[in-house]
Amino acid sequence: MVALFPLKSVIIIIIIIMATVEDVLESVTQSQASKYKTIEVQKDIEPQLDLGNLLTVDQNPLDLKKLRGDKEAYLKSQARDNTQLLFNAIWKLPTERVEEAICVKLPETTTVLPREKPIPKAKLQTKWEQYALLKGIQKRKKGRMVWDEEAKDWRPRWGYKRANDETKDWVIEVPGNADPNEDQFEKRMKAKKERVAKNELQRLRNIARGTKSKVPGVGLTPTEKPSKEEVGLALHLAKKSTASLGKFTEKLPKEKEAKHVGKKRKFEPAIGDFKKEKEQQLNIINVMENKKPKMDITKAVNRVMTEVDQEASSDDRRKRAGKVKNRRGPPRKKGSGGFGKKGSGGFGKKGKAGKGKGAKGMGGKGKGKGKGR
Amino acid sequence: MATVMQRIVKPKTQAAKRALDVRSPKLEENDKVAMFIKGGHTSETITQVLKELYLLKKPNAITFKRKNIMRPFDDQSSIEFFSQKNDSSLFLFGSHSKKRPNNLVLGRLYDHHVLDMVELGVVHFRSMQDFPTEKIAMGTKPCLVFEGEAFEQDHEHRRLKSLLIDFFRGVKANNVRLQGLEHVLQFTAIDGKVMVMSYKVLLKKSGSRTPRVELTEIGPALDLEVRRTRLASDDLYKKACKKPKKGKPRKVKNVKTDVFGAKMGRVHMERQDFSKLQTRKMKGLKRQAPSNKENAKKAKTESSEPTAEES
Repeated sequence: MVALFPLKSVIIIIIIIMATVEDVLESVTQSQASKYKTIEVQKDIEPQLDLGNLLTVDQNPLDLKKLRGDKEAYLKSQARDNTQLLFNAIWKLPTERVEEAICVKLPETTTVLPREKPIPKAKLQTKWEQYALLKGIQKRKKGRMVWDEEAKDWRPRWGYKRANDETKDWVIEVPGNADPNEDQFEKRMKAKKERVAKNELQRLRNIARGTKSKVPGVGLTPTEKPSKEEVGLALHLAKKSTASLGKFTEKLPKEKEAKHVGKKRKFEPAIGDFKKEKEQQLNIINVMENKKPKMDITKAVNRVMTEVDQEASSDDRRKRAGKVKNRRGPPRKKGSGGFGKKGSGGFGKKGKAGKGKGAKGMGGKGKGKGKGR
Repeated sequence: MATVMQRIVKPKTQAAKRALDVRSPKLEENDKVAMFIKGGHTSETITQVLKELYLLKKPNAITFKRKNIMRPFDDQSSIEFFSQKNDSSLFLFGSHSKKRPNNLVLGRLYDHHVLDMVELGVVHFRSMQDFPTEKIAMGTKPCLVFEGEAFEQDHEHRRLKSLLIDFFRGVKANNVRLQGLEHVLQFTAIDGKVMVMSYKVLLKKSGSRTPRVELTEIGPALDLEVRRTRLASDDLYKKACKKPKKGKPRKVKNVKTDVFGAKMGRVHMERQDFSKLQTRKMKGLKRQAPSNKENAKKAKTESSEPTAEES
C-alpha cells in the first residue's frame, strides 16, 4: 500500500528541488565563466578597423609609465587587446566552407593605398571600328574550321594544315593576259608581302592616330596601272615640286587647272555648337583688346627650369673638379612644351620605346643627368 | 598603349606576350613585390634585419645578393632601373656607415619612379633566433596593429604608416581561413621612434563562438628611429591613389557548385573514336574481326572433319 503524501507537501518538496537545481546551474555557469577569460576589451577611443587589410589603428594615448617600466609586456598586452577587437569583428562576418576549412569573406579594403602603375588607358577605336559603329555593322565571329573541298575534310581556316592553302600549289595556271615569262610563284609571294606591309602600315597609322601625333601621309606609292586620279595627282605634285613651288612652270596647251588637289581643308559645320561659336567670336574681341603680348606659361616655366638645372649642374661640376670621369659636353637642353612637370606624367610612351637603353645608361653615371628623359 | 598588342613592336611569341601582359598596367593589380638591397657597407645587424624581413615578405620579395653602391636619397635612378627590370614597386635598402649607423631606407615607387622614401635607423634589434618559440609558415597574411597618436597626427608618420601597410600586408585576399590568422605585426610610434614587434596568435576557448586571443612573441623585434624622409608631393600622391572605375566583373564559366557543396567543372572534349583509344592491352578482350573469326571457324571445322573422317 502506498502511503499517500499530502499534496501540499509534495508541491513544497518539488519547489525546493527546483530551487536547488537553479542554484547548481548558476554555480556551474559562474565557474565556467571564470574558467574562460573574457573576450571583451575596453578602450577609450574605438580603434579603426580595416577588415579587408586585417588592420587595426589604435589612437589611444600610450601609458608612458608602463613603457618605461616593462616595455615588452605592455606592448604585448596592447597588441593582444587590439587583435582581440579585430578578431571579434572578423568572427562576426559571414562564413563559408571552402574545402574542409571554414573561411570568412573579407569586405573591401578601406585604406587608400597608392597603385603600383597608372590606370590603363582605354583602347582607342581604329578607323574601321569608328566606321562600323557609324554604320551599325556588327562583328560576325567566323568559325575556326572550314570545309576543304580537295581534302574533303574540315580544316582550320588559318594556320598549320589550313584549308585552301595557296602556298602548297605546285602548279599555277598562267592567266591569259599575263606575260609568259613572268614567274607566277614570285608574283604570289610579292603580293602576299605587299598585303602584309599594307596591314602593318594601317596598324601603325591607327596607333599614330591614337597618340595624336602628326603622321605624314604615304604619298603616291608606285603602281603598275595608275588610275586617272592618280595620274592627275602625280602631275600636280610634279609641277609643284620645284624651288618656287610651281609658280613658273608652264602650262601645257590643253591642260586644265586642277581645283581642290592636295590637302583638304576641314571646316566647322554651319550650324554646329552654338556655345563654341559664341566663345570663338568673343575670343576675337579679347585678342584685339589685349595690348600686352600673352605669355606662354609652359615655355616660361621650362626656361626657368633649364636655367636652374644648368646652375645646379655647373655647381656640381665645380665641386667635382677632381673627378673627370663624368665629363660630358655643355649641359643638354631639356625638351620644351611636352615636359611640363618633372617626376610625373609624360613618361609612358617614350619610356617604353627606349627603356632598355635609357635606363641602363643612367644607371651608373653622374648625378644630375639621371632625371631628364 | 592600352594592351600589349597595340605596341609598335608586337611580341612575336605567346610567352613574350604573356610576360608583357603580367608587367603591363591593369585595373586589378598584382601584389607588390619588394626588393631587398644591401649598400656599399653593411653591418651584421643590418644584414640580419634584411634577411629576416625578407622571410616575412616571401614569396613576394627579391633579395639582391651583391652589394650595390648607391645612395637612394641622392640618386634615385638606380632604384628606378631595378624596379623596371624586376617589376617591383617596393624596396628596402640597408647600409651602415659612421654617419648613419644601421640605416634602412624603406620606399615605394609609382610607375617605376620613386614615390616615398623613409630613412630608418635600427637602434635595437632582436633576431627571430633569439625567441626560441615555434614560428609561422611563410606567406601567412599578417594582422597589422598600429599604435600611437603620431600615426594620425604627424604628416610624415601618416605616410610611414601607409608605407608600412603597403609593405607588410601580404597577398590581397577575399577569403581568409579562420584558423589561418596566425601572425600579428605591431607598430608603435613613440617619440619619433617606431617599435616593430611580431607575434604568433594562439586561439583559446572562450565562452562564446569568438575565441580568446593570446600572443607569443616570435619574430624580429626592431626599434627604429625615423631619420630623413623624402615624400611625394600631395598631387603626385593623389594621382597615384586614383581608383579606376570598376568594370563589369568577369563571369567564371563552366564552374558550378552542386547542392552538396562540391565544385563541378565542365571540360569540353573533341569527338573521339572510342575503338581507337590508347588503353591497356588486354588480349582476351580483343574483338576479332568477323572475317578472321569465320576463317578460324572454318579452319577448325576443316581440321576437325578430316580427323573425324580419319577416325
